[in-house]
Amino acid sequence: MAEPFIKIRRLNITFGEKTVLKNIDLDVYRGETLAVIGPSGAGKSTIIKVLTGLLPPNGGSVLIGGQETAGLDEVRWDELRKKMGVVFQYSALFDFLDVEGNVAFGLRRHFDYSEEEIGERVAKLLDLVGMPGTQKLWPQELSGGMKKRVGLARALAMEPALLLYDEPTSGLDPVMTMAISRLIRKTQQQLQVTSLLITHDMASVYCAADRVALLYGGRIVATGTVDEIKNSADPLVQAFINGRDMGKEEEHEQQ
Amino acid sequence: MGKGFLEAAGKKILLFCAAAGSLALLFADTIKRLKDADGKETLRQMALLGADSLPIVLMTILCTGMVFSVQTAKEFVRFGASGTVGGIVAIAMARELVPVLTGVVVAGRIGAAIAAELGTMKVTEQIDALRVMAANPVSFLVVPRFIAIVVMMPFLIVFANFIGDLGGYIVAHYYAGISTFTFVDSIKRYAEVYDLVGGMIKSSFFGAIIATVGCHKGLNAPNGAEGVGLATTASVVLSIILIFISNYFLSIVLYV
Repeated sequence: MAEPFIKIRRLNITFGEKTVLKNIDLDVYRGETLAVIGPSGAGKSTIIKVLTGLLPPNGGSVLIGGQETAGLDEVRWDELRKKMGVVFQYSALFDFLDVEGNVAFGLRRHFDYSEEEIGERVAKLLDLVGMPGTQKLWPQELSGGMKKRVGLARALAMEPALLLYDEPTSGLDPVMTMAISRLIRKTQQQLQVTSLLITHDMASVYCAADRVALLYGGRIVATGTVDEIKNSADPLVQAFINGRDMGKEEEHEQQ
Repeated sequence: MGKGFLEAAGKKILLFCAAAGSLALLFADTIKRLKDADGKETLRQMALLGADSLPIVLMTILCTGMVFSVQTAKEFVRFGASGTVGGIVAIAMARELVPVLTGVVVAGRIGAAIAAELGTMKVTEQIDALRVMAANPVSFLVVPRFIAIVVMMPFLIVFANFIGDLGGYIVAHYYAGISTFTFVDSIKRYAEVYDLVGGMIKSSFFGAIIATVGCHKGLNAPNGAEGVGLATTASVVLSIILIFISNYFLSIVLYV
């Protein structure tokens, strides 16, 4: 099998006394969408913080595109971040910029495009996410679903090799959840971008992901294709995907 | 009990040292990144932070000049020293009252606004968004605000001195019966341009304190609306304390 684009080995994260991630191993292959699922507070979003250099790990190794991230200084992290796009849980649109300013933010800072070229690219990206003609709207004027779409357009603006989605459908109604999930799928298929999807929404996983990893109690307890996970005999997997009580973490630790 | 007290005191001292260190590091990082300043954003912040503060600063200083004159003018006239009132008002205003009070007003208005704005950006993940888009938050957010306040404070001081002296004159003239000539002549005889320049230098220092503390508290705001509120309050309190402490040392360096 090809070398993974993201290779996480024995990753450890602790906050004070609490260990959030315990020696996790995770691979994301080039061009695929891997969904990391798990209950709230399992440490899913922490993985994105580690991958973007916002949170240094307490142990383990993280390779992105073959590059070891341990010990990178901010300048090198910035070089790596220019190849990533992140869609945040609450969109995190800059409220001092309009939609165009948000989508064009990275283009204006890191490229030498003319304003005309930037305008064209922004229009194209907004078309792609189904928000044509909204350049002059402000984040405060957008609904939750629209914000997520603009957030995706902003993440795609710098043509990233890696897209990280942090709970992209949280707080959305079922119709909008499926619309955003289809958009994630369409983006991956059109742009062949490697994607990591953090979510606890199984409808979104079935629609957008190629493979799934279940994070529970700080450990990856199951990985597989969407079908493998759906048909898994593991009671923990079945409990999570069917919304049943997963029991206490300690019990599973002992097993 | 003694051990518990020492542990608690030690913890507080450690927390204080950590906060002071982190504040000093942000200041050093800001100075290092001054060259990265975005001209357009800095000008926008100048208009927002400087020009918009002018009305409240002028209002505060006008009242201060008037009340200072109320407290001094009649007494000085009674002792036959009406020829010193203008000079005393002008010197006190230029050296101490205008820079310190302007600093306090700007800390309350602008320092609080900066802490609240950056704190909200932090809790809504906008600061994280900046970082993952390879935009350093210090270069992008702190530097323009820092330059804007440091540059605009001396301009505020000039206007405030004029209006403060005017307030002092109005009271001295209409309340204590000191003539216009006597008041203006007294300013000319006793006050020096350096009094004003010293006040302007002080105000730039105070501006640096307000911007650094406001940005530091905002960037380190705890999560949630309560965290933003705490950061805002802490920013105002710490700025004012640092302004008063640094004012003592600046006065010694500049005027003694």
